[in-house]
Amino acid sequence: MSENTKPRSPTESGCPDGFQYMHPLMRKNYGNWDHHDHPRPGVLKHVSKDGEPIWTVKCATQRILDTFSLRTLCDIGDNFADGHVHFTMRSNIEYMVADEAKVQPLIEEIEKNGFIVGGTAASVSSISHTQGWLHCDIPGTDASGVVKSMMDELIDEFKNHNMPNRVHITTSCCQINCGGQGDIAINVQHTKPPKIDHDLVGNACERPSVVARCPVAAIRPAVVNGKPSLEVDEKKCICCGACFPPCPPMQINDAEHTKLAIWVGGNHSNARSKPTFQKLVAAGIPNNPPRWPEATAIVKKILKCYKEDGRPWERMNDWIERIGWPAFFEQTGLPFTKFHLDNWRGARNSLNASNHVRF
Amino acid sequence: MAEQFKTPMLDELEKGPWPSFISGFKRLRDDHPDKRINETANSLLGQLEHSYETRKGYWKGGTVSVFGYGSGIIPRFSEVADTFVASKEFHTVRVQPPAGNHYTTDMLRTLCDSWEKYGSGLITFHGQTGNIMFIGVDTENTQKFFDEINEYGWDLGGAGPCVRTGMSCMGAARCEMSCADEQQIHLRLMNNFTDDVHRPALPYKFKFKVSGCGNDCQNAIERSDMAILGTWRDDMKVNQTEVKNYINKKSRQYVIDNVTTRCPTNALTLNDDDTLTVDNKNCVRCMHCLNVMNKALSPGDDKGVTICIGGKRTLKIGDLMGTVVIPFKKLETEEDYESLVEFAEDIIDFWAENGLEHERTGEMIERIGIANFLDAIGVEVDPNMINHPRQSSYVRLDEWDAEAQKWFERKKAA
Repeated sequence: MSENTKPRSPTESGCPDGFQYMHPLMRKNYGNWDHHDHPRPGVLKHVSKDGEPIWTVKCATQRILDTFSLRTLCDIGDNFADGHVHFTMRSNIEYMVADEAKVQPLIEEIEKNGFIVGGTAASVSSISHTQGWLHCDIPGTDASGVVKSMMDELIDEFKNHNMPNRVHITTSCCQINCGGQGDIAINVQHTKPPKIDHDLVGNACERPSVVARCPVAAIRPAVVNGKPSLEVDEKKCICCGACFPPCPPMQINDAEHTKLAIWVGGNHSNARSKPTFQKLVAAGIPNNPPRWPEATAIVKKILKCYKEDGRPWERMNDWIERIGWPAFFEQTGLPFTKFHLDNWRGARNSLNASNHVRF
Repeated sequence: MAEQFKTPMLDELEKGPWPSFISGFKRLRDDHPDKRINETANSLLGQLEHSYETRKGYWKGGTVSVFGYGSGIIPRFSEVADTFVASKEFHTVRVQPPAGNHYTTDMLRTLCDSWEKYGSGLITFHGQTGNIMFIGVDTENTQKFFDEINEYGWDLGGAGPCVRTGMSCMGAARCEMSCADEQQIHLRLMNNFTDDVHRPALPYKFKFKVSGCGNDCQNAIERSDMAILGTWRDDMKVNQTEVKNYINKKSRQYVIDNVTTRCPTNALTLNDDDTLTVDNKNCVRCMHCLNVMNKALSPGDDKGVTICIGGKRTLKIGDLMGTVVIPFKKLETEEDYESLVEFAEDIIDFWAENGLEHERTGEMIERIGIANFLDAIGVEVDPNMINHPRQSSYVRLDEWDAEAQKWFERKKAA
């Protein structure tokens, strides 16, 4: 290989040092903060132990940013916020300023450019989401489109502090659930076993690993039409789609039978109670692009009940824990079915082994 | 430009007040000076509209990497490339962000410049694993884009069965709750495992996440194999003047309803003179009262971290939270940090040897039992690891006396 066609060896620098990009006031006061408050929704004021304040303005974006939008966000940062930004884990961008007089012009500039200020404290923050039809190889639905449609309807809850506590919503386009746990999670739930293209399995799939992926041992090797393939015991199959990523000929996505389900009460924080997993509350919701109105309507209904009945500082799971699941289903009007009864490992722990019943 | 694809369904997503990603795609299609970017955006919009119409995805994976690495690129080839030609290769480049996700606008513009030279112009800060996602580049330009940004300090993150990109909260940079130096923990761990990030050779993924306190803003306990959470072990600090100020502002009733009665271990007493007494022995550092009264209440001085191991999402055996393996660890000296990294190495080494294919650390622990896991990584049992002792009597206790003796010896040595 000649010198000029030799590939470049990478510099394995790994994770870059964050201090070089940090706002100078945060660098100066690193580990030296004293308290904070919320002057208005979307704005935080932190004060250092030496009395030095910093204001943060939180701003929602469309997450899948085009370079035009990112450059606009950079211009705002240059002209109004000292040239430093921070991204939250829900893909909000935050601008920090040392001078209170800069806060209002910054907010105006953000809003003038079509971005939304909010997402702090007891609000509904931006929805954490996945790639969906835009880029995933196994998606049952889109992600950015679902989120855009929902946040159009929930924007007032993003811009205000009207909830009992913060609300984190997530979406996921398959049951792997890359969107993660949330106070409310909107996730794909398949309702039919995979359709197998037996002509392709032999060449495309490492059959033993596909068999091993199945959580309920419903897949076994088989010869179909004289070709090595796989077969699914459809009575055992739980339609999770775990076989699809390692074996694309086991097509799980289906325009009709891939549905959405809604889960509530996932909470990562250790505040008050230990972290909790989300629980299934609604299913069979149509996967209905471009605006998914049925899913949004249920989310709004749940949020309305939580907003009206939740007490200050109660997260979704705290609220339901206090009022009980019968009241949750009563208030939201969602049907309670045999599918809400867990039958996975450890399921007995989810049953009410007591006489604790509200009347 | 070739035929402009009609997008009646996607056009619906330009309506409404929330920022529209579709409008962004159209700006790249219509307004960008580079014809290649216009055509790619048009093609992508066409394929996405096709997905909306048919309710199916049309990307498949493959093998694309950069020279010297086996990880960091998510390859995407279109299954409908005959119609949507310009986005037929549309890979994502996963780039490791700095701990805490801080950027200067100058650096973001430089990244935009490089990305517009080679890629589609679409970027996400950040993906669910924590990477900067540069979405949409063909195979040839993948190497060129990486070479260019690698020259000015950016490196790829993990993808596949490897150590993944880490995540950590804003922490000490802007939060009074922070009990740890998140920047240092993140950097030390990630940059010790650079080889394992770039060259997938583990049973499955392994994630580090760092949260500066029990609020766990990084979702570390549930979403990482090794969660490092800041905490403290001396007394919580109480500023009684600020307690009184808070009561004057919000009322006694508010403090009783929202602070003292919400304490999960009943460790708070509001006295008749409006001072607050903390039963520090029974405080579990849940953070609730500090969140409500952050001016009056602060973490103590003797800070450190709690480490939970084995969190993960659904596949294969169901969701698992990470569980306490190290109840408290000081992180102050060079030796402290070295031993943290060695602890991570011990876990990853044992899992690499003993994990089954596609089995996360938490699933391996579930399969072999926590006692065997602790034995393998050289950690002694501790009652902080459990909610309650075993309930089942189906257990052999042959070595009870010897194990009890160990407990008393450890107590004596402490």
